[in-house]
Amino acid sequence: MESLSNKRKLIESKPLNFWERAYLPAIVSGLSITMKHFFKKPVTISYPEEKREFSENFRGMHSLKRDENGKERCTACGLCALSCPAEAITMTAAERQKGEENLYREEKYAAVYEINMLRCIFCGLCEEACPKEAIYLDGDIVPADYLRKDFIYGKDKLVEAPLNQ
Amino acid sequence: MEVADIIIKFILVVIIFAISLVVAMYSTYAERKIAAFFQDRIGPNRAGPWGILQPLCDGAKMFLKEEIIPTNASAFLFIVGPSLAILTACIGSAVIPWGQHLTIGGHVVDLQVADINVGVLYIFGVVSLGVYGVMIGGWASNNKYSLLGAIRAASQNISYEISMGLSIIALLMLTGTLSLRQIAEQQHEWHWNILRQPLGFLLFIVCAFAETNRTPFDLPECETELVGGYHTEYSSMKLGFYLFAEYINMFISSAVMVTLYWGGYNYPGMDWMLAHTGPTIAPLIGVAIMFAKVFLFIFFFMWVRWTIPRFRYDQLMDLGWKVLIPLAIANIVLTAVISTYL
Repeated sequence: MESLSNKRKLIESKPLNFWERAYLPAIVSGLSITMKHFFKKPVTISYPEEKREFSENFRGMHSLKRDENGKERCTACGLCALSCPAEAITMTAAERQKGEENLYREEKYAAVYEINMLRCIFCGLCEEACPKEAIYLDGDIVPADYLRKDFIYGKDKLVEAPLNQ
Repeated sequence: MEVADIIIKFILVVIIFAISLVVAMYSTYAERKIAAFFQDRIGPNRAGPWGILQPLCDGAKMFLKEEIIPTNASAFLFIVGPSLAILTACIGSAVIPWGQHLTIGGHVVDLQVADINVGVLYIFGVVSLGVYGVMIGGWASNNKYSLLGAIRAASQNISYEISMGLSIIALLMLTGTLSLRQIAEQQHEWHWNILRQPLGFLLFIVCAFAETNRTPFDLPECETELVGGYHTEYSSMKLGFYLFAEYINMFISSAVMVTLYWGGYNYPGMDWMLAHTGPTIAPLIGVAIMFAKVFLFIFFFMWVRWTIPRFRYDQLMDLGWKVLIPLAIANIVLTAVISTYL
């Protein structure tokens, strides 16, 4: 059969010659390899003190965005929940009342918006589905916790901090 | 023997005992740190600056762990095992000359606990006894893995003791004495035995690795095959004793190798040093040189451990019986021929 990748390598197994059987030259070369590593810089990142930088397209914890006037962008259309392959997102929509125009951008908003971080697979499909550019996975790693119920993040944890006036 | 001599000997015993325990303790730390450096890691660095208190924490942990004696184990022998292991590891240091005669205020101190005329034989006896700790512990555990580990330790030690003894015989043919003090004195300045017995030293160090159960010959505690080997059933400080004994053995065997082959406390320029610094400082420098050499050997033990994978059991026996013993005998013949005709 023709090789698809051309990466096939023929392995020869010749009988060992005297120096290979003597084992000592191999030990010496092995020792020199480890000695080279002895003086190399450690690759360890001491985690709590230093953190590895995330890549630009790292997908971490979700955040619900506000627009330039500090109003919540989300209109509770439910496209993110629909697109979510893990069914991690639930929401309850509500109508904007008079006097709340500075809080919500459109007439409809999400009164409850919950993401179950244990179900979420951080695929980023909600981000892609959102027509209002309201949700982005631009946060840090979701922190550990003790109880399952504490992994259901509501708006208190998800919505961006309000703009400083 | 005067009372003063006895007191000095007693102090010397205590000092050497304390040094070998501290060295063994910090060998565990060095082992982990050196392993880390060989693997591009940092190693323990949380307990104290650079993790320097790690051995103390490990020791405290060992003492606080639950003591378990399995129901079907032979309780008495189960305790005797690790005690014997650490005892035999500690008494080996008695005949090693750590330095020249030290003169303090007109009093000459012999930096050796016991200058017996059969020092090499004594070392051999102690090394042979060392395997009993492992064997008794493994057998008393009443566990098949422990027993297999113990059997491996026993057969490995017996096989490698032969070639170790044969490699020493070639050295003794040149030195003409069994006293370690005299062997050390013969290697004055740079007349180290390694120059006269390179092959003998190679055989000896391979056997030393096997006798101390260090990688690549650590089959008695081969985790992949035997869970924990002979100390599978051990917990708490009894396990600590076994692990500790290994490090003390490493220290003592390094000291023996340095004394027999690498000149002990001798170094080029020691006469000049004696003439210029006097009989108090110069021997102490010799002791420092001795310890520097010993530490280099301990480092080498660790270096090899983190480089070479473990032997298979049949390879181990092949190497011992088919390679090392013929080589050792050839070395004896070679030494005899050369020392007779040259």
